Amino acid sequence: MPILETYGLTRRFGTLTAVNNLTMTVEAGEVFGLLGPNGAGKSTAIKMLTTLLPPTSGDAQIAGYSVTRRAGEVRRLIGYVPQMISADGTLSGYENLLIFAKLYDIPRRERDQRVRDALAFMDLTDAADKLVRTYSGGMIRRLEIAQSLLHRPRVLFLDEPTVGLDPGARRLVWEHVQQLRENYGTTIFLTTHLMDEADALCDRVAIMHLGNVAATGTPAALKASIGGDGATLDDVFIHYVGSTLDSGGAYRDTRRARRTARRLG
Amino acid sequence: MIHEEHGAPRGGLDSTSLLRPLAGLGTLANFIRKTLVIAELEARKLRHDPTELFTRAVQPALWLLVFGQVFTRTRAIPTGDVRYIDFMTPGILAQSVLFIAIFSGIAIIWERDLGIVHKFLASPTPRTALVLGKALSAGVRALSQALIIFVLALILGVRINWHPLALLGVLAAVILGAILFSTFSLIIACLVKTRERFMGIGQVLTMPLFFASNAIYPIDIMPPWLKVLAQVNPLSYEVDILRALMIGQPSASSLLLDFGVLLAVSTGLILIGAKLYPRVVV
Repeated sequence: MPILETYGLTRRFGTLTAVNNLTMTVEAGEVFGLLGPNGAGKSTAIKMLTTLLPPTSGDAQIAGYSVTRRAGEVRRLIGYVPQMISADGTLSGYENLLIFAKLYDIPRRERDQRVRDALAFMDLTDAADKLVRTYSGGMIRRLEIAQSLLHRPRVLFLDEPTVGLDPGARRLVWEHVQQLRENYGTTIFLTTHLMDEADALCDRVAIMHLGNVAATGTPAALKASIGGDGATLDDVFIHYVGSTLDSGGAYRDTRRARRTARRLG
Repeated sequence: MIHEEHGAPRGGLDSTSLLRPLAGLGTLANFIRKTLVIAELEARKLRHDPTELFTRAVQPALWLLVFGQVFTRTRAIPTGDVRYIDFMTPGILAQSVLFIAIFSGIAIIWERDLGIVHKFLASPTPRTALVLGKALSAGVRALSQALIIFVLALILGVRINWHPLALLGVLAAVILGAILFSTFSLIIACLVKTRERFMGIGQVLTMPLFFASNAIYPIDIMPPWLKVLAQVNPLSYEVDILRALMIGQPSASSLLLDFGVLLAVSTGLILIGAKLYPRVVV
């Protein structure tokens, strides 16, 4: 049974269509990846699914609740880790989690245990009482994931979860995401522009380009679809999206992407 | 867990739930609880780094020690049989509350640039609670100012009314004033969206709000056009309360009206702020 469905989800900013008629389905327990270059519309899509941005047209349902008409219910069922830093550097890791435990109505007697469990799960027990300002990039990311797990969400949204991390920290975040899915069966919806990340984590991916979905399927099926035994997801990506470098519109696309990034940032 | 939610149809509309009186009791309790969580968050930040509270004390100290001393001597401003330093002390308290609150909105822009706002907005926290919680934290900061000004007043021999009820009233007026101006600040931040523009507009607004009020001179001596501005300026109502409660000068209108104006304006601003706040991430 699908836990997430979108129907013609569309968002325009003035004349720019950031997400065009997105229709897709994510099954419960899946790790689903939305792939695409910067400015493809991934962040806009995730903002509409997490109720931050009203769609221009179309709708989406999470566990049967419409993100436009039942936003309150949706917010209780999802966890969200934004692309940018969302942990508060001036508080300790423990405090960051404690505040969210309260915002998500976790009963007082369970709070402390829930926070400590989440910190332990993300290997942050030793750093719990240090100010987040002193954390490394990978630790901040893990803390943010811990924060988004406190209320045991049905769907966890990760927007570019490893952007800006060094390879070691990236691998560690991947391991934790895989463990999360194995231990709790949480459905994970992530966006990335890294092909190896999608290959390592995702059951299914959708490739997005300029607001449209160019292809959907399992990484294996997508690789098979373009022939070639040794095909990688990179090849798939180039096949469907085209190398933006030698397509004539690169400058315009880049400008558009940057403008979008600025608007959304 | 699901049925607790009141099922507000869309982002900013949660605020209307405050107005549904009967179905709203649980909602109201939730609103108050969440407001306090947001205020707790800000109080914890302040506890980790309280230096801000001390640097903020410099400006009111200068006003009272330098400006106040000089103008008390010259008797340039007619304040009847009230000494000028007594007259201005409540005004300086209102001023430092204004200054601390009016720039508080910039935090929203920082938090938006970082991504913190996104996470709060994706949580089931009522938007009104996010706005009022932030405003309450400005109230906490403002209380520290009140403490400093009372100490200075004691040193300067200002004839303060120490009746507990009067002090309680001062407390309420200071918090209410901070809520009002910090929510105003948040609204500006949501509209202009960049730090540079926000600082510019903040600077432009602060001085007129301060000078077009009864903070450091009585409304009677103003030219007619300024009188009108001072009378629609919420700061004048705050000063009127503080002056009545701190030094016992009779209120220009009535304390009830003063508090009513501050409360009504604050409520209006919070409802507007709750509508605009979610748009800061768009």
